[in-house]
Amino acid sequence: MKTLNRRRFLRGTLGGGIITLGLPLLDVFLNDNGTAYADGSPIPTRFGTWSWGLGMSESIFVPKKTGADFDLPEEISALASVQHHINLYTNFHVFKDDAPNLCHHSGWVILRSGIAPTTRENRPGETIDVAVARQLGNATRFRSLSATATGDVRDSFSYEGGNSVNAPEWSPLRFYQRLFGDEFQDPNASTFIPDPRVMVRKSALTAVQEQAQKLQQSVGAADRERLDQYFSGLRDLERRFDLQLTRPDPREACVMLEEPANLANGLDADLVSKRHRLMTDLMLMAVACDQTRVFNMFYAAAFSATTKPGYDKPHHTATHEEAVDTELGYQPNTSWYTRRAMEEWGYYVNALASFREGDGSLLDNTFIYATTDQSFAKIHSIDGIPMFSAGTAGGRVKTGLHVDGGGTAGCRLGFTAQRLMGMDIESWGDKSNHTSSEIGEILV
Amino acid sequence: MSFQRTILTGICILLLSCGQQNPELVEPPDSGTPLRLRLLTATQYANSITHLFGADVSESVLPPIPPMDRTDGLLASGATLVGVTSDQISQIQLAAARIAELVVDEEHRDFLIPCRPESVNGPDAGCASLFLSATGRLLQRRPLTDDRLVELVDIADYAATETEDFYDGLALALEALLISPEFMFIMESVEPDPEQPERLRLDDYSLASRLSFLLWNAPPDDVLLSSAASGELHNNQGLKNAVDRLLSSERLQDGMRAFFDDMLAFDEFDSLAKDPVVYPMVTGTTLEHAREQTLRTIIHHLLVEDADYRDLFTTRDTFMSMPLATVYGVVAGEGWTPFEFDYDSPRIGLLTQVSFLAANSHPVRSSPTLRGRALRERFLCQRVPDPPPNVDFSLLEEAEHATTARERLSVHNSNPSCAGCHLITDPMGLSLENFDGAGIFRQSENGAELDISGELDGIFYEDISGLANALRNHPKLSACLVNRLYAYGTGGAVSLRYDRDSLRWLEQEFVAENYRFRALLRTLVLSEAFSSVRPIPVAESGTIASL
Repeated sequence: MKTLNRRRFLRGTLGGGIITLGLPLLDVFLNDNGTAYADGSPIPTRFGTWSWGLGMSESIFVPKKTGADFDLPEEISALASVQHHINLYTNFHVFKDDAPNLCHHSGWVILRSGIAPTTRENRPGETIDVAVARQLGNATRFRSLSATATGDVRDSFSYEGGNSVNAPEWSPLRFYQRLFGDEFQDPNASTFIPDPRVMVRKSALTAVQEQAQKLQQSVGAADRERLDQYFSGLRDLERRFDLQLTRPDPREACVMLEEPANLANGLDADLVSKRHRLMTDLMLMAVACDQTRVFNMFYAAAFSATTKPGYDKPHHTATHEEAVDTELGYQPNTSWYTRRAMEEWGYYVNALASFREGDGSLLDNTFIYATTDQSFAKIHSIDGIPMFSAGTAGGRVKTGLHVDGGGTAGCRLGFTAQRLMGMDIESWGDKSNHTSSEIGEILV
Repeated sequence: MSFQRTILTGICILLLSCGQQNPELVEPPDSGTPLRLRLLTATQYANSITHLFGADVSESVLPPIPPMDRTDGLLASGATLVGVTSDQISQIQLAAARIAELVVDEEHRDFLIPCRPESVNGPDAGCASLFLSATGRLLQRRPLTDDRLVELVDIADYAATETEDFYDGLALALEALLISPEFMFIMESVEPDPEQPERLRLDDYSLASRLSFLLWNAPPDDVLLSSAASGELHNNQGLKNAVDRLLSSERLQDGMRAFFDDMLAFDEFDSLAKDPVVYPMVTGTTLEHAREQTLRTIIHHLLVEDADYRDLFTTRDTFMSMPLATVYGVVAGEGWTPFEFDYDSPRIGLLTQVSFLAANSHPVRSSPTLRGRALRERFLCQRVPDPPPNVDFSLLEEAEHATTARERLSVHNSNPSCAGCHLITDPMGLSLENFDGAGIFRQSENGAELDISGELDGIFYEDISGLANALRNHPKLSACLVNRLYAYGTGGAVSLRYDRDSLRWLEQEFVAENYRFRALLRTLVLSEAFSSVRPIPVAESGTIASL
């Protein structure tokens, strides 16, 4: 037997010690100006995404007026209370170039990855949240979090690579337990007791990684990549263990929520709305407690199958089979579904704005990027695909604007977002979606 | 029957049985499949923990496995491709920590740990080694190397010293095992075949894993690992003995339930719901029972009765529960009881069970197109293309007020870009229109009589029974089962270039065995294809799997 080599294990020095905070909580949060934490560290910037399904009814969605104080046509009238927090982007295009138009797939994949997919199974590159999480995600327990209001774990708009989808949280109860279960360290707790087992975990991980790397020699290239990815995940665990050994900074808006009850399966709009609000509340509390700085909320899947009580066509079916009402000039039931989505977008933005942070709100330190899969779903059009943003990313973005893209690449918004998050990139996107042009109108 | 005729019949039977050992039915030479690296599926993860530590420990965690992409009809084939994100790894660690904590707690330790430490307040390398070597062998599905064992005992000792608790230390070492890729991935390795040194075969432990994950959907047990250790699995008789033991185990039912659950895409039920206004009697429990009913029907028919696979599509025999009885409009007792539909009932075979009908419908109405597509893709392994992006839906709008689905769908036939696909799905889907979106029988739709006549690949029929029989006798039906089972068992989608001959041979064997599923399973797992390895050419993998 090999003799024990204890040098490889980091010796714990914490020994279960207790660190006590002596100051009243409110005093330790912020500097005198309320613009940074008391220790001088800046309030972090966050990046979030939101998605809805099946685009818009252009005639009642796109405001007549551009710039500030734009009009709110009836399909987006639910956004009145958040208009000053958001920007609406219309007349931006996504380009499939020589790839096929993959219904309900090409649109969102391009806006989130910058690349046109070539098949329905194809997920090219990585999604924008994954790239941003590499920049922002290292200081928090979760690099990023995703949640869906559909109750279906398969509905995701976030992936690390072709076969590596970030599966969203789909059950409110499970999401709660994951966020605020045993592993949660309350940043506002008066005492901090580092768990000595975490140090051991970290050491044990070194052994797991060394052992596992030997395995790579016996597999083919594609499988080697998958193992590599597994090791990256193990390395990320190490980072998380380090965080668990560090006393978290207090967070003003972080409050424990009640454990939610689970919801039934199903996609009727009321149930989806209820699920969306529960998941949003949990997600944003996780952000307020600084458990993550990158987060994705999915209101609907790409082929949105939300149903309307008493109407026999789910959202997707309605977009195709419902006639455009000649008097109204749009599809009334299809528009009903979009209006429900806009109510939830409003809820999401208002919820972000309701968390106090410094002398502003959580929304002020956040940039939200909101996308859909089609522009006019009836004919699977992706031209003029609408987008939203919300938040000022720490005062660097002007809000309350309607921006007309003039037919330029929709990927400009994703590019702008990544620059705002501090990423040192000169351009983003592939082929005609490639852009190095920020949307200057919204920058302060 | 006259004496002469009896003799003739006897000769015929003799000839037929000779036909079963037709010398032409030999496995094609050079059969083999690629080495595979498969992530455990959620059920395989749960079964691994259940068999080792008990159901209560297993049920305390949700398997930390990401959803797989359905690949060539199977989620199992997606397990060969799926990657694990760092978010998922953190969930794997949390599950591992929870399991390890339970295994060593006061309630479980006396049953699950085969020794007592000298003191609970510090390390005991002897006891830790005993536990970790036995558990590690079962979790990693092969014995731990000496180095690996030393490393784990090291972790346990160090952790016990730091925490001043032997069991905390042991839990942390167990956690390290549970997050290792050797547990989370089924990793196959090869060795040269001593009888044909130019050929590669799975090593003993990899073969043991292939066998048990196919037949039990669980890792090899102690006996199978011992057979692997002794080299018996590469000896004909040894392999037959091991296979017969696996086939006669009760776990075979778990394994085959998992296979059919995957082949029938029953993962749909994990998020399926029906509009409660339209279908008030169809709750989450009803849908759960619908899935269970079909699995019970299949398992009983194929494994208990050892009956003809094709007859699953025409059988009147099933099982009934009270929640389902309401939907079927029949009477049932407590729990699950065997049930036979009347000879003149429209319920005949799997296509008319609530599981198939409800899962392949919209939440508020039936869908002949979805049903027809499912019939083709699930049971005949045919691929129905997605709709083209530039469809003109204006005709459908005019059909919005059509009374029946047949009227509504007839507009597709007048549009050439739709007709191509709808003609291969709708005729058989329309024959199931006597069942609404929840699978409940209806005589008419919106007051209109239903025309349920149709056609399946040249076979015309008048009613549901005609469709059921057309599917039962479809020439692709058994080939499809063979295709799916082969992919499922060998861990990845079939390659028509390399596997075509093996698939044809297996199908011939299946026919010769009168479509008996047990026999098919046995033929597959004893075949060369199952245990031999086909190197992946450089062009496909970037390298040839090294020895």
